[in-house]
Amino acid sequence: MNAPSAVLGSRDRSVRRDGIDIRGLLFAGFLLLALLFSLAILTVLVGSQVVQGFPVFAERGIDFLTSDLASNPANAGVAQGIVGTALLVVVVAVLAFPVGIMTALYLEEYAGDTALARFININVRNLAGVPSVVYGILGLAVFVTLLAVLGDGDGKTILSGGLTLAVLVLPLVIITSAEAIRAVPDALREAGFGLGGSRWQVIRQLILPAAAPGILTGTVLALSRAIGETAVLILVGAVLGSFSTNGSLGALLTGPYTALPAIVFDWARKPGPAFQADTSAAIIVLLAITILANAMAVVLRNRYERKW
Amino acid sequence: MTTTSSEGPAPAGPDPVLEADTAEPAASVAPAVVRLRDVGLFYGEFRAVKGVSFDVPTHQITSIIGPSGSGKSTLLRSINRMNDLIAGTRMEGEILYHEENLYASYVDPVEVRRRIGMVFQKPNPFPKSIYDNVAFGPRLNGFKGDLDGLVEQSLRRAAIWDEVKDKLKQSGLTLSGGQQQRLCIARAIATDPEVILMDEPCSALDPRATLQIEQLMAEIKERYTIVIVTHNMQQAARASDRTVFLNMAEDRAGYIVEQGETAQIFTNPTHQMTEDYVSGRFG
Amino acid sequence: MTASAAPGGSLLRGSRRRRRNEAAVRGALFAAAALSILISVGIVLSLVFEAVSFLSQIELSQLVAPGWFPRRGMFSIATVVVGTLIVTVIAMTIAAPVGLGSAIYLSEYATPRVRGIVKPILEILAGIPSVVLGFFALTWISPNIVQNLFPEAKGFSLMAAGIGVGVLTIPLVASISEDAMRAVPNALREASYGLGSRRLTTSVRVIVPAAISGIVAALILATSRAIGETMVVALAAGASGGSLFTVDPLGPGQTLTAAMASLAAGSDQVAGANAAFQSLFFLGLLLFLMTLVLNVIADTFVRRTRQKY
Ligand SMILES: Nc1ncnc2c1ncn2[C@@H]1O[C@H](COP(=O)(O)OP(=O)(O)O)[C@@H](O)[C@H]1O
Ligand SMILES: [Mg+2]
Repeated sequence: MNAPSAVLGSRDRSVRRDGIDIRGLLFAGFLLLALLFSLAILTVLVGSQVVQGFPVFAERGIDFLTSDLASNPANAGVAQGIVGTALLVVVVAVLAFPVGIMTALYLEEYAGDTALARFININVRNLAGVPSVVYGILGLAVFVTLLAVLGDGDGKTILSGGLTLAVLVLPLVIITSAEAIRAVPDALREAGFGLGGSRWQVIRQLILPAAAPGILTGTVLALSRAIGETAVLILVGAVLGSFSTNGSLGALLTGPYTALPAIVFDWARKPGPAFQADTSAAIIVLLAITILANAMAVVLRNRYERKW
Repeated sequence: MTTTSSEGPAPAGPDPVLEADTAEPAASVAPAVVRLRDVGLFYGEFRAVKGVSFDVPTHQITSIIGPSGSGKSTLLRSINRMNDLIAGTRMEGEILYHEENLYASYVDPVEVRRRIGMVFQKPNPFPKSIYDNVAFGPRLNGFKGDLDGLVEQSLRRAAIWDEVKDKLKQSGLTLSGGQQQRLCIARAIATDPEVILMDEPCSALDPRATLQIEQLMAEIKERYTIVIVTHNMQQAARASDRTVFLNMAEDRAGYIVEQGETAQIFTNPTHQMTEDYVSGRFG
Repeated sequence: MTASAAPGGSLLRGSRRRRRNEAAVRGALFAAAALSILISVGIVLSLVFEAVSFLSQIELSQLVAPGWFPRRGMFSIATVVVGTLIVTVIAMTIAAPVGLGSAIYLSEYATPRVRGIVKPILEILAGIPSVVLGFFALTWISPNIVQNLFPEAKGFSLMAAGIGVGVLTIPLVASISEDAMRAVPNALREASYGLGSRRLTTSVRVIVPAAISGIVAALILATSRAIGETMVVALAAGASGGSLFTVDPLGPGQTLTAAMASLAAGSDQVAGANAAFQSLFFLGLLLFLMTLVLNVIADTFVRRTRQKY
C-alpha cells in the first residue's frame, strides 16, 4: 500500500547534490548489514548442515530415511521419526484446525464487541506468548495423566504429544484465521444477509470461501511450527528407541513414540563425529519439511492476497 | 395475513386501509405494502432518524432524498432489518409490512430479508460465477424447480441477459460497474422479493449505466415495489412516483420535511426548504 | 420489540428448524472459543498445584544454594534466573539492532522488489526449528564465533546460547516493528521529505518516534520469547546436570528452560513425585509469570498503536 521509498527516492537523489551525505550512507550501510546478517546466518546454517550431513546421504542414500534408530551411528536412521512426525501432524490438524477456525468464527462473526469476546481475545493473545515448554507441562500434567488413567501405558503416546502440540498451535490458528476472516469485506456479508441468508449460511457460503486462502496459510504455518517443536515433545515423553512403526495403528497410537525433532535433540547430545553427521542429516530432513511447509504458506498467501 | 408477490403483475396487497388512517398526511391512493409509523432510529445514544412516517405504495417507486448524513441509508436499512446486523442499533415506532409489525418479537429477520430485498450503493457481486451469483438466493431458500430457467428469467428482468448469456460461468467481478449493479439487481430479483430497497444504486456508475438502471426500474416496478435512496435530483424526478425528503434537525437527527407525489415535490413544494434542496441550493 | 403473538401462520416467523440450527451452530462455536479459556485455566492449575506441592516438600532455604542441582536438593533460583537473564541480554543485544535495522530498511528504504525477496527469507528464518538452531549454536557459533572472539570460552557457553536465541528472535523483532513503521501514515513521511529532510532524518526523527509503541512491543515480545526459548539453551549452554551459580557468559550455565528440559529429558534422572521432579513445575510457574507480565505489557503498547491510527 505505502511504498514511500519508490515514490520519494528520486527526490532524495536530485536535491542536495552538494557534498556526500556520509552519515546517511553509513546509516544505510548499517541497515543493509542488518538485513544481510540474517541472510548470512541462514546461508551458513543451511550450508554447514548440508556439508556435514551430505556424506551420510552420499554413503547410505535412502537407507538413512528407512532405517530405525540404532546405537551404531552407521546404521541409525530416521524412519521412526518421520512416521512419528507425520502422525503428530495428523493429530494436530484434526484437533487444532476445527477448534481454531471455529473460535475465530465465533470471535469475528458472533461475539461482537462484548466483554466476554474481549476477554477471550486477550486470553488467546496471551496463550500465543506462553513458552512452548510451559505447554509441555500442561501436556504432562493433564494429557499424559489422563491417557495413563484411561489406557494401560504411562500415557506418553502420540496422542498426548499430538494433543499438547494441538493446544500449542491453537492460538496461532485462531489469530491467523481471525485475521483472514476480518479481511473479508463487509460488502460480501451485507449482500449475503440482504438476500435472506442466515448467519451460518453467510459464513458457510461466503465468508469461509473468501477467507480460505488466509486460513490455509495460517494453518500451514501452524503445522510447520508443530513439526519443528521439540521442547513440548521432550516433556510429554517422545522417548527414543522403542517406537515400533510396524505394529497396528492402535499400537502406534498408544505405545511409546518419537518424532524427527526429538531425534535431532537426542543425537545432538551424543558425542562423536559420526552422530554429529547423522544429526546434520536428520536436520536436513527436518529443514526440508519445515521450509517446504513455510514456503508453501508464503506462496499461498502471495498468490491469493486479495485486493478487495 | 401476509401476501407474497407471486408471478403476475396483479397488485396483490390487502385492501387499502386508508380510511382507518386519517391521521396521516398525504396518504397515497395505492395500497401500501410497507408503512412506517413514527420511526426513530439510533446508533447507541445517537439518534440518526426521528419521527418518520410514510407509506410505500404497491408497485410504485418511492424515492428518499436528502442531504448526506440525513439518515436515508439508516432509514432504508431499517425496512428489511439490515440495521440489526450493526451492534448498538435500536428502533422506535413501527414498521408494518402488510399490517404486520416487522419488529415484532416473533419475526425472523431472515424471513423479512427474503421478502424485502436490497441493492447496495457499491455493486457487490459475490466472487463467484454470474450464474452462481443469481442462483445464490434461490439455493439458500432450497429452491427445487428449474434453476436455469429462474436464472435466465432474473437476468432478463434485470436487462442484462443478452450481455452475459454466453459467459454465465465467468466471475461476476469481471463485469463492468453498471453490469455488476444490474447483476446485483438480478440476484435480488431471483429470490422473488415483494419489495426491493436500493441505496444509491447508481452513485458508482457512469451516466449511461445510470440511465439503464432507471429504465430497468421502470420496467420491473409492475412486479416489484421499489424504494430508492438517491442523491441525484434528476433521478428522483425522472424515475420515482413518490418522494420523501429528509433533512437533518439541529440535533443531526433526520426527519421528514415533506413527502408526496414526485411531480408535486419537484414542481410545487410546500416548504421553502424543499424547494431550495431540489433546485440544488443546498445539500 | 413487544412480545406480541404471531398472527396465525405468519410467514415472517421463519422456520423453527433453521432457528434451532442457528442456535446449535452458535453454541458449538462458543464452546470452541470457551476452550481457549479452559486451556489457560489448565495451564495455571497444572503449574500451581505441583509448584505448591514442591514448595511444601522442601525447606525454603534450599532455594538459596550455591547452585542448581535438583538431585542433591539444591534449588538455587538465582542460578537459573541469572543464567536466563544473561542469555536474554545477549540475545537482545543481537536481535534488537539487527531486527530494527532490518525493519527500517524494509519499511523505509527497500524497493518493493527487495522487500519481495527479503521478507520471505526472514519468514524462513522464523520457521527454523529451535532445536536446529541449538545444534548450530553448539557446533558452529560456539567454535567459529564465540571461541574465536574469546579464546578462553568453553565449548558450551551461555554466550553461544544467547547468540543462537538472538538469531531466533530477529524475525520477530523485524516483522512486528516493520508493521508498526508501515502503519505510520504516508502524510508524515511526505511532510518530512517536503521539508527537505533526508531519509536518515526522516527514518530516525519521524518514523521511529511515530512507531515507537509498536517497536517497544516488538522488543518486549522478543525478550519474552528469548526468556522462554528452550532448545537452544538446552543444547548450547551445557550444564545439563546442573550448575553452580555463575555470571560468566563464556562458560556453561543453567537457565530456567534448560533446567526444565534436563529434568524432563532425564539427564537429571528424576521422575515421579519427588521434589526434584516437581521443581520442574516450579520453574514452569516462574517462567510463565515472567513471560505473562512481559506479554501483557507488550499488549498494552500494541493497543496504544492501534488507537493512534
Ligand atoms: N454504523 C454507524 N454507527 C454510528 N453512526 C452511524 C453509522 N452509520 C451511520 N451513522 C450516522 O448516522 C447518520 C445517518 O447516516 P446515513 O444513514 O448513512 O445517512 P445518509 O445515507 O443519508 O447519508 C450519520 O450522522 C452517520 O454518521
Ligand atoms: Mg447513505
